[in-house]
Amino acid sequence: MQQVAAPLEDERAKTLEIIENNNHDPKRLVKILQEIQAELGYVPEIAQRLTAKKTNTPASQIYGILSFYNFFRLFPPGRHSVNVCLGTACYVKGAENILKEISSRYELEPGQTTNDRRFSLDFVRCVGCCAIGPVMTVNGKVYGKMKPEEVKDVLGEYK
Amino acid sequence: MTIKSTNDLFALKGKIEKEKFELSQKTQVIVYQGTCGYASGAKGVLDTLNTELHERNLKDIVVLEHSCMGCCYIEPYISVTEPEGISTLYGYLTPEKVTQIVETHLMGGEIVQEYMVDINTPFFSRQEKRITELLGKIDPFKIEDYIFYDGYQGLSKTLGMKQVDVIEKIKRSGLRGRGGAGFPTGVKWNFAYNTESNQKYMVCNADEGDPGAYMNRAELEGNPHAVLEGMAIGGYAIGANKGYIYVRAEYPLAVDILNEAISQAKEYGLLGNGILGTSFDFDIEIFLGSGAFVCGEETALLASLEQKRGNPRPRPPFPAVEGLFGKPTVINNVGTLANLPLIMCKGAEWWNSIGSETTKGTKVFSLTGQIARTGLIEVPMGISLNEVVFDLGGGIAGGKKFKAVQLGGPSGGCVPAEHLDIPIDYESLQDIGCIMGSGAMVVLNQDACMVDTARFFLEFDADESCGQCLPCRRGLPLMIEILKRISEGNGEIKDIETLEDIATFMQKTSLCALGQTAASPTLSTIRHFRKEYEAHIIEKKCPAGVCKDLFHYEVDEELCNGCHLCALKCPEEAITGEKKEPHHIDQDKCIKCGNCYHACKFDAVLIK
Repeated sequence: MQQVAAPLEDERAKTLEIIENNNHDPKRLVKILQEIQAELGYVPEIAQRLTAKKTNTPASQIYGILSFYNFFRLFPPGRHSVNVCLGTACYVKGAENILKEISSRYELEPGQTTNDRRFSLDFVRCVGCCAIGPVMTVNGKVYGKMKPEEVKDVLGEYK
Repeated sequence: MTIKSTNDLFALKGKIEKEKFELSQKTQVIVYQGTCGYASGAKGVLDTLNTELHERNLKDIVVLEHSCMGCCYIEPYISVTEPEGISTLYGYLTPEKVTQIVETHLMGGEIVQEYMVDINTPFFSRQEKRITELLGKIDPFKIEDYIFYDGYQGLSKTLGMKQVDVIEKIKRSGLRGRGGAGFPTGVKWNFAYNTESNQKYMVCNADEGDPGAYMNRAELEGNPHAVLEGMAIGGYAIGANKGYIYVRAEYPLAVDILNEAISQAKEYGLLGNGILGTSFDFDIEIFLGSGAFVCGEETALLASLEQKRGNPRPRPPFPAVEGLFGKPTVINNVGTLANLPLIMCKGAEWWNSIGSETTKGTKVFSLTGQIARTGLIEVPMGISLNEVVFDLGGGIAGGKKFKAVQLGGPSGGCVPAEHLDIPIDYESLQDIGCIMGSGAMVVLNQDACMVDTARFFLEFDADESCGQCLPCRRGLPLMIEILKRISEGNGEIKDIETLEDIATFMQKTSLCALGQTAASPTLSTIRHFRKEYEAHIIEKKCPAGVCKDLFHYEVDEELCNGCHLCALKCPEEAITGEKKEPHHIDQDKCIKCGNCYHACKFDAVLIK
């Protein structure tokens, strides 16, 4: 996976601002980390260290949280985040073929980002749209009743 | 305006009634849009509707945006209610169809029969709508809509009662936890009530993680105040003045709606300090889960709320005695909480008048998979699976054969055709190695391989295992390895016994429910579909045509009429044949994608 960081000072300032807004409160650790990710797209090492220091929490605990929950990313994502749902209802309707089509078309495995940082691909365990499976989401927008041959057109819209 | 008493609440309701009456004198068009409505194009439908009405200057027609009422299979859909109260439901819409409805129905006064959805089918008529009754009926962003339908009256009654009487009433109703385990709610409350503490908590478990389950999402998106009211009722009963809703970050619309609902309830004084003029204070905070299936387990959920990794811990002590930050904490599922206002308002006897011997009330299921009518259904406990799948659900889609219905997600099991007549309640399902679960009901047809299905759930659980205890951490990969071997044609007959051994060991020794139930889908498929395992192992065949090493496609020369469709669909050009002559599949080129099998209209492509 390619790593292209935003300017370090920028990440630093934004992280400090978020921690400040949450009153350095260790009871809001998860919220702080969620906000950092929403702002920066991932939680870089510098943000982890700053959060540890400013909330008086061991850095290992921060990393423990980040590595435990699927939601958090430790590397910068692509411009467009593609998620294929592999929940049961989508699975029995052929979600694996959607994932395979994306994988082979963009030479991308789940968890990876394309070299041009256009797409990052991942699978999720249910977005709650089971009635219209198989489902994929691009930047949070849900596409239902997907067919492998439609992948090209849907993702073609995202440059 | 602050509501300071029950009289204030009734006065507000009266005021809203007047507004509603005025509204009912006009033609109303409701656009239903929950998360899956949006995904199916409800936004386009709404935009077209607004544009058309504007361009044609139809100012008297009111457009309302409500959440999904559960008939997801007809999405996107709208309804037209005329001043006389006659309502028409239109489904499978596109912007073009909306234009036609505006012209023919709204302007011409004639129903467009072609797009109308018949609501006299069992999907609508066989439901017993209680907690889903207001879904689609009210605007979830307006607390007034909820108050119009007797909202917060259950809380108002509760606050006039003694705490023990409230608990007694819930006990008498027989309400059991809707999250899956079915523990009696009143008993749980009693533990928390009886534990002395200066601080207690009420937690709503909205970490709906079972793949195939989305009723909690729909309930929160459609009627958030029922859950808030339920939490306040519980809080009063156990003596808690702080509540948390633990909701998945994957449900952004539900989170928006909840945030708005909380702030509106606070404005009216239905949450916050001195609720309804009493001395009862209750506040609710939303906590976003960060995507960990195990956090649906209550002790893991609490750890997560405490800003830690979501590792479960041994019980006892149970959370009702020692929970969040060590304080007595009641954790109730969304569906459980949504039932509370109804019990408090309409009475325990009304509430438990339906249901089975051991399980009272209704249950909401999300009906998905290879079924004709997918959607959210609320049915009385005790109804048979047969009725749900074939009457409400309309049977299997696309003329295929029923194989099994999967209940309870990764902790549940598969029910085969011969057991479909059993009633849905906690005990009956347990008898056949299955569970009620949170309400996921995924229907599988003949194309599903049960070995593959078992492997799917094990991989899910292995992915989501927290890794703390050995039986779960090591047991799952071991079982997956064996299933993989079987699906590749390298299985031995003693593998089935080994799977059962590991599964039993995990059930007995895992720390939390995830590990204890992770092997259930495998055990249930072995129990009900042993022949399919044996076919994989002995005959080296996958009868459903899923495990790629164990089957190939062949064209039946008698059935093939040479329409050439399969050859057009084949990505590898592996199918050859002259038009109107039987075709042939080159096995060396075939990648077993199944396109030809699904494309053939004459069932001439066979799985061998």
